[in-house]
Amino acid sequence: MGRKKLMLGNEAIAQGLLENGCAIATSYPGTPASEILASLARIKEMNSLPVHSQWAVNEKVAFEIAYAGCMAGLRTAVSMKQVGLNVASDPLMSAAYMGAKGGFIVISADDPGPHSSQTEQDSRLMAMMAKIPVLDPDSPAQAKEMISIAYELSETFEIPVMLRPTTRVCHSRQDIRAKNFGSFERKADFKKDPARWAATPKFRFKLHTELEKKLEKIAAFKKTTPVKLNKKAVSRKAVIVSGVAAAHTREIMNALGLWDKIPVFQVIQPYPLHRNFISSVCIDYDEVLVIEETVPVIEMQIADRTRVRGKLNGFVSRVGEILPEAIEQMLCDFAGLKADKIAVQSQPGRRPTLCAGCPHRASFFAIKKAAPKGIYTSDIGCYTLGLNLGAVDTVLCMGAAISQAEGFYHAFKNESKRPDIVATIGDSTFFHAGIPALIDTVVQKVHFTLVILDNRTTAMTGNQPTPASGFGASGEPLEPVDIEALVKGCGVKFCKTGDPCEIKEFISLVKEAVLYARDKGPAVVIARHPCLIGRKSKDKQAKKIFVEITDACEGCEYCIRHFECPAIIFDNNKKRADVDPLLCSGCGVCVHVCPKKAIVMK
Amino acid sequence: MGKSINQQIVISGVGGQGVLFITRLLAEAAIMNGCQVFTSETHGMAQRGGTVLSHLKVGEFSSPLIRPFQADGLIALKPENILQHDSFLKKGAWIFVNSGKKPDIGFDAHAIDADALSLKAGNPKAVNLVLLGFALKREKVRQGKNKGLFCTFEDIKRVLAVQHKGNKEMLDASVRALETGYKVSVK
Ligand code: SF4
Ligand code: SF4
Repeated sequence: MGRKKLMLGNEAIAQGLLENGCAIATSYPGTPASEILASLARIKEMNSLPVHSQWAVNEKVAFEIAYAGCMAGLRTAVSMKQVGLNVASDPLMSAAYMGAKGGFIVISADDPGPHSSQTEQDSRLMAMMAKIPVLDPDSPAQAKEMISIAYELSETFEIPVMLRPTTRVCHSRQDIRAKNFGSFERKADFKKDPARWAATPKFRFKLHTELEKKLEKIAAFKKTTPVKLNKKAVSRKAVIVSGVAAAHTREIMNALGLWDKIPVFQVIQPYPLHRNFISSVCIDYDEVLVIEETVPVIEMQIADRTRVRGKLNGFVSRVGEILPEAIEQMLCDFAGLKADKIAVQSQPGRRPTLCAGCPHRASFFAIKKAAPKGIYTSDIGCYTLGLNLGAVDTVLCMGAAISQAEGFYHAFKNESKRPDIVATIGDSTFFHAGIPALIDTVVQKVHFTLVILDNRTTAMTGNQPTPASGFGASGEPLEPVDIEALVKGCGVKFCKTGDPCEIKEFISLVKEAVLYARDKGPAVVIARHPCLIGRKSKDKQAKKIFVEITDACEGCEYCIRHFECPAIIFDNNKKRADVDPLLCSGCGVCVHVCPKKAIVMK
Repeated sequence: MGKSINQQIVISGVGGQGVLFITRLLAEAAIMNGCQVFTSETHGMAQRGGTVLSHLKVGEFSSPLIRPFQADGLIALKPENILQHDSFLKKGAWIFVNSGKKPDIGFDAHAIDADALSLKAGNPKAVNLVLLGFALKREKVRQGKNKGLFCTFEDIKRVLAVQHKGNKEMLDASVRALETGYKVSVK
């Protein structure tokens, strides 16, 4: 046994996968799940393990690769964030019917809060919809332990199993002991069985019937039975918890002196909830409090509603993360203790903004110059923050910038004055879900401009490679895909590339594209400039341009409102702008931004 | 040092200041001292220049988050972080803040101008380590009263040596930054 190591929840999950012989691991980056595959790729590289790990072009593709691996008898896993599971929901629903051969774990990380997501959706509900079991860890250590249970469940019942960590599990660190890596000796072996692996509707009915039988048994599986945490406590009341709410509750019950008084049950497997547990809870207790994130998945399965307090009757909030202070309040109310109402007043933090020197800021500035009255559809990534600059009007989901641009075009088609439509999408997001939409705009001759913000990386989630990067999750060389060729291959006639940080030329280029789009059809501009974070040395800016603000500054705040570089600070006393040399990256773009020419090179 | 240590610390700043890095150093120091540890961090969108907040819990805890009025101390990389996060602090908690002036607030607060000091030392990115060094000074002053950090300057130096193994230049620069803060006296 090794010594204890400080492990991020996602690292613990990766370690758990490798300790249990996971031979293929795939993912698409997304907060809070990204570090699972990144850690796995790093650990396998360091220890030369014969494991295939990869970033796939999107979650659906990632899912299907890992799933086929399990059909060939190997242990595999796919990881993603909760909204990524929406993208992979098609194969998920079907794979539930066909089942697994080797163990197959679907890791879908939820983000109650939300801290870094469009929705607070609960992946456990997706597991319920797909009819597969789901495990809900309360900590990094438990997430790691659950991997071995998940593989056992998956192989015993030939079914995909979901692990659903939340942000607080993924992004907590804990001292955890690493164990030896599992065996990777299993050989791939695909047993053809078309009635199962290529089942037609008639066979699907049979598979569905079998699936129900599996679930019946899983709802009685010993190792995932709800656990009574405080053996000694006896009461007519009980608390049922799962996920990180279990971790909070344990600590708070102790602090409140309730630990020896009210029984606490931790649900390991929220779906399917163990049948015996459901009936015994209703017999043994008059009142039960259920605390879980985010949807009342456990609560809904407890049939006798008269006894239950939870989300359905509003006792527990149905939105947002359940913070420990809220749990403290609930437990006090439930136990009949007096609690000082904790009214926390804190000032809001800073809103996020693009880095000083981020090339996206320059692109947005150019777009606003080229199409000042345009409709700006955008997408998921750092550049979502272009909304601070008034250069992003819509953000729906991955890839929607392009299809929504098309929708706006059709909506305004018959109006006498048609607005210019400019869509922005990052390189990784373009690969992920933008390509089918772009093909559609060619077919429909949509008059719009697409600016592909090509910074050569998946920035917001921690700089994972894209298909254009030419290297993989462990830095291994791979075949790069050429974005220009791809755009042209989709049938786009206008496709030009420019560097947004050469701001003057870039504004002209976007103007040219907007003019083209007005009467001809889709125009694509590829804005190519590497992200500032994690740049390869060859991408480093050769010469930094340092700037200062002269007395010509009239304090109009144009640069603050329209450019919002964190390195340009407005001094409210002096009523003028100033440059923070600690933050300035030396990109030099702002020199062209100030209408009074007060920002100059040093 | 025993397993009896129980300490809850809030560490905050803005994206890019290295909040996560010093959280990590402290957590490693806890493990080195045989303590259990939990941290909880901000990642993703909020990291882009937004407020970054970590919780660090050393000792017997099961939850990764600190409740209001429970934290023993706050390490703030921006003065504004104090008003954002003081609701976590218990009465009499300590604060070490990167600021030109001592904050006027009902806690045991101490300020160091880490921005200026790190700039002067020619290592402007090391604001986080200068502040940490300053906070560690206090441990020596008030050891035993749970009035400063649970670990020592030497502990952090040892952790840094592991973190920057094989990169002597980085290690030396980091230790120098830590010392810059450590040398400033705490009143
Ligand atoms: S990480 Fe890269 S893409 Fe994201 S805001 Fe910073 S420079 Fe821009
Ligand atoms: S040169 Fe101007 S725009 Fe670029 S980082 Fe510095 S202040 Fe910001």
